[in-house]
Amino acid sequence: MSGLLSDAFLISLVAGAIAAGIPLLLAGLGEQVSEKAGVLNIGIEGMMLLGAYTGFYVAFLSGSLWLGFLGGAAGGLILALLMALLCVRLGLNQIVIGIALTLGADGITALLHHVQFSRTYPRLPAVDTLPIPLLSQIPIIGPGIFDRHPSVYLAIIAVFVLVWVFRRTNVGLNLQAAGDKPAALDAAGVSVTTTRTLAVLFTGMMAGLGGAYMSMIGAGIFIPFMTGGAGFIAIVLAMLARGHPTWVLYGALLFGVSLSLTTALQVGGVNVPTDVVQMLPFAMVMLVLVIFARRSALPAALGLPYVRGQR
Amino acid sequence: MTADAGTNDPTPTSAGLSGQGTGMPEWLVRIVLALVPILLALIVGAAILLLLGRDPISFYVNIVRRGLISWIGLQETITRCAPLILLGASLIVAFRAGLWNLGIDGQFLLAAVITAALSAWMIQSAPAWIVLPVGMIAGFLVGAVWSLIPALLKAYQGVNEIVTTLMMSFLGVSLANVLIKIPFNDPNTTVPQTMTLVTDDRLPRLFGTTINIGVVIAVVVILVVHWVMTRTAFGLRLQTVGANPKAALHAGLSVPLLTVVTFGLSAGLAGLAGSVEILGVWGNVRADWNPGYGLAIIPLVFLARFNGIAVIGFTFFFAMLSIGGETASRRADLPNYFVLVLVALILIFMALTEWLSHRRALARRA
Amino acid sequence: MTNSLQAATAETGAKEPIVVVDGVTKRFPGVVANDDVSLSIYPGEVQALLGENGAGKSTLIAMLSGMLQPDAGGMRVRGEATAISSPRRALELGIGTVYQHPTLVPTLTVLENLMLGAPWHQRMNRAATRRRLAEISQMLGISLPEDATLGDLSLGQQQQVEIVKALWRGEQVLILDEATAMLTPKGVEDLGQVIGRLRDAGIAILFITHKLNEAVRFGDRVTVLKLGRKVGELTPDQLAALGEDQAITQIVDLMFGTASSEGADELAGRDKSRLVEGPVILSVDGLAAAAGPGEPTVTGVAFQVRAGEVFGIAGVDGNGQKQLAEALAGQRRIAAGSLSLKGEPISGLSVVQRQRAGLRYVTDDRLGEGTVGNFQVGLNLLLKRIGDEPFWRNGTIRRREVERHARTLIDRHDVRTPGPQTPIGRLSGGNIQKALLARELDNAPIAVIYNKPTYGLDANNIQFARRAIREQADQGVATVLISTDLDEILELSDRIGVMLQGRMVGIVDNDRDAQRRVGELMIGVGAAA
Repeated sequence: MSGLLSDAFLISLVAGAIAAGIPLLLAGLGEQVSEKAGVLNIGIEGMMLLGAYTGFYVAFLSGSLWLGFLGGAAGGLILALLMALLCVRLGLNQIVIGIALTLGADGITALLHHVQFSRTYPRLPAVDTLPIPLLSQIPIIGPGIFDRHPSVYLAIIAVFVLVWVFRRTNVGLNLQAAGDKPAALDAAGVSVTTTRTLAVLFTGMMAGLGGAYMSMIGAGIFIPFMTGGAGFIAIVLAMLARGHPTWVLYGALLFGVSLSLTTALQVGGVNVPTDVVQMLPFAMVMLVLVIFARRSALPAALGLPYVRGQR
Repeated sequence: MTADAGTNDPTPTSAGLSGQGTGMPEWLVRIVLALVPILLALIVGAAILLLLGRDPISFYVNIVRRGLISWIGLQETITRCAPLILLGASLIVAFRAGLWNLGIDGQFLLAAVITAALSAWMIQSAPAWIVLPVGMIAGFLVGAVWSLIPALLKAYQGVNEIVTTLMMSFLGVSLANVLIKIPFNDPNTTVPQTMTLVTDDRLPRLFGTTINIGVVIAVVVILVVHWVMTRTAFGLRLQTVGANPKAALHAGLSVPLLTVVTFGLSAGLAGLAGSVEILGVWGNVRADWNPGYGLAIIPLVFLARFNGIAVIGFTFFFAMLSIGGETASRRADLPNYFVLVLVALILIFMALTEWLSHRRALARRA
Repeated sequence: MTNSLQAATAETGAKEPIVVVDGVTKRFPGVVANDDVSLSIYPGEVQALLGENGAGKSTLIAMLSGMLQPDAGGMRVRGEATAISSPRRALELGIGTVYQHPTLVPTLTVLENLMLGAPWHQRMNRAATRRRLAEISQMLGISLPEDATLGDLSLGQQQQVEIVKALWRGEQVLILDEATAMLTPKGVEDLGQVIGRLRDAGIAILFITHKLNEAVRFGDRVTVLKLGRKVGELTPDQLAALGEDQAITQIVDLMFGTASSEGADELAGRDKSRLVEGPVILSVDGLAAAAGPGEPTVTGVAFQVRAGEVFGIAGVDGNGQKQLAEALAGQRRIAAGSLSLKGEPISGLSVVQRQRAGLRYVTDDRLGEGTVGNFQVGLNLLLKRIGDEPFWRNGTIRRREVERHARTLIDRHDVRTPGPQTPIGRLSGGNIQKALLARELDNAPIAVIYNKPTYGLDANNIQFARRAIREQADQGVATVLISTDLDEILELSDRIGVMLQGRMVGIVDNDRDAQRRVGELMIGVGAAA
């Protein structure tokens, strides 16, 4: 047991939590926005994956991670545009379309990857970090948290930007009204359809960024199906966070820690199957749901298309 | 919440009853409505293939040749149908009752692992004709038990079953792997896996083919499910709850109880799918094996509009696509996942077709 | 109120209307919700728009506030013809609406609700919002906890927020839809004061209500809608000339006047005051029903219905009639009291058991709970008998029996449907109601509860339904007829009970004087019989 609390173990744990947690954080924040506006975006898994691909591809071509992020955001946006068109404008079943988009993204990215990279398997070079003065000198968490690629800091800043948007801007009010009482928003003269469309597009962008982080920085390589259900975890995170971006952050870190715990344990010399650790966050969430069942409220109009005059 | 499978028109009139005054029999309308999206998807798919510089005609021909015409391929296709059809039956039960059981992957895998371990252990002291049915019953029960928490939370607390079934699915997949790696691990293999049920003890095969009777079981089960849903009082009660819970209350039905029963049946059938796959094809479960049929089968069940007979047809089509697609893709130097693109396209076009026909129906009525 | 009423009257002569509704018609499938309705709304005046449920009030408001568009006719605002094409347009035209169903976001604070609707790029200006809120609050003579979450406020306070919001941009026209529906008596009193101050500030107010006494109490001008048509209007001068009592009499005439009910002759001939001598079938004593949040609490209801008797239950909508009906049918838990059918207590029985025992309930919510829209007609006709012989044998459906049964009922009740297999949701409202009647009256009913059986139907189907109800009663069925249409109650009933605030405030025989006595009981001025 001597190794369990060693520096190597802790550093590996913090680093892994960030690496696994940032994509969940970005996608979860995005999903939170569309859930707040009353759209259940099941297609987010596909949006992450497409973002992971386009992000990697652009970064690979241009050699710039920032352009890669732009590409990832665009990838997520394309699917979100389809989702908004089919589900928000036409009112098609959100779950069926969401799954279709995920399957389509699964297939198309695997296909493109195969055509382009299946023989070369190119990797991106390791990313440059931006150590924050002083803070990065703190033992253990310093290198884990404060010596990172700048996008990590931006993702964490995004949490607080979203807190501000939700609490302090008209956009935040519109989003909440679109999800909790669309008729109120409509009566106030703001289009529910437009509000929800923009929310879905934002989700797509964030999911794309999350996917891009996963491929460009987390792995340095694109692998088919690499999101492996992260989108679904993001959905659950967003639902449980009930409108608090900071809760998404905690949730993403919790999942990140448990996903990286096995690696860290191995570094620390303890051999526990990955799966035992991976069960922990899900089991905890179920436990919370069982105990606080009645309070796990979701936006009242979640998943329902809005038709004026129908209440 | 969105658990509104009812809006997707699971009418209790089964195929065979003709619509009145439309000129075209209703079953024919339905087949056309189902075929049009497939056709459109194939066309768009062909465009993608052309863009990639592949010949779409030979690609589609290869799919059919390998998945349908060649004898070995056909046997594989039919074998692949068994778990898919059973999962389809599972979803029909849930969707017709208006419940989103999105946890079938976890139910499937957990049941598969426990069935594998149980049957390999039992076979040491009992004959196969006892072990196989017991394995299947165990799989059914494991699936049903795994849905209990979401079912109770939904029935008595109104907690959204999409979240809970998804969570339980992830949990189930991980738990299955833990079981494989620790208690049920076969000490004689290097890769973690359960003890193996040898081929002779697995589900019997049909007349000298490689097809095991799993597919027969699956077809019988889905026909029974279809019959129960369309012809029995119990099925009608489930559908009433799904289509209009207030009407169910008005008619004196016990909605919470029916919710729990529905979940049990649906998840049980998903578990049975896992058992049949193991007892028929694999004989054991390797660590990290997860075919992930769930995502593919959900859209298929919608495509079939919750009709069991149609699910058999669509499942066969999908199985042929994936078996034939493997070969066609290899020949065209593409990955097998191209089939997923086709499925996604079919689904989107299906939703659009349905939306259009719904709009036309509304316009006619007004 | 009377003083200001007269004050307003004196100056109306010179006023130009700010909004004119000009011959507006709106149709929905199977219903003409508004039929050539015209009215004018004047500044500094409260116009009460009075009508029963289904009279078309909500549709008219929806068009004034831009939620719906008229099929024919149009609007003029400040003399100019204009289309109120969206809620935003209505606000731009200075028309603010307070809807019957609150359109505020319960999870936002008062202040945030008031800020909702500002352009997205604008900075959220809390200070300015607070100032504006203080201004309007002062005008209205109210004070609101601005940082409280809206859902935590009383319904009266929530409504005050709605009013503040409707006046936010200096709107000159305020539409109040059933504003008193969810208020306590104190809340209604406060609202009265607010309305008075608004009128004094020169705002034009359209006060929509189905309550007669409120129309007279709040309105300077009273307009009456019935079945989608405007049937009369009392100008401020007329109101002042008549005095309150006479005004009420005249409005009752407009609302419930027999002159306007067509085809009543057939049933009019029978002796309405006859005494039914049959045995007591349905007996209710001291009944109290469980109530959810926001629902009226039914307590201490007692009545008996004999075989062959029609017992009418009159009352303004929302006074516990639906809750009572559900408690009788078994859909709602009975909290206290007894209920018996043919002398057997049945309060412990389930919906299905009561149905089998011969107690039937024709719901008022035909599509919401009465039928499953995408099930075929034949199955909807058996919705409460799923699994019963001979339609199911050993739990398996026998299609031929179902279809034979469907055809019999379709013929007997003249349900116009393409066939027994047509999804019932595709039928018109009248035919769905016929199917519901067919279902409940089939298989030897002993006692039938009808809840608003003709609501929303056209004249033909109304007559059909009423005849069916009467015929059943003549064959010895004990009948409970709940209706907010007083004509209907007077036409069909032998005795009439009146519900007010969850209690049965009186039971009267249906004799010549019944209309006046029931009308008085309905608005809470009559003494119990």
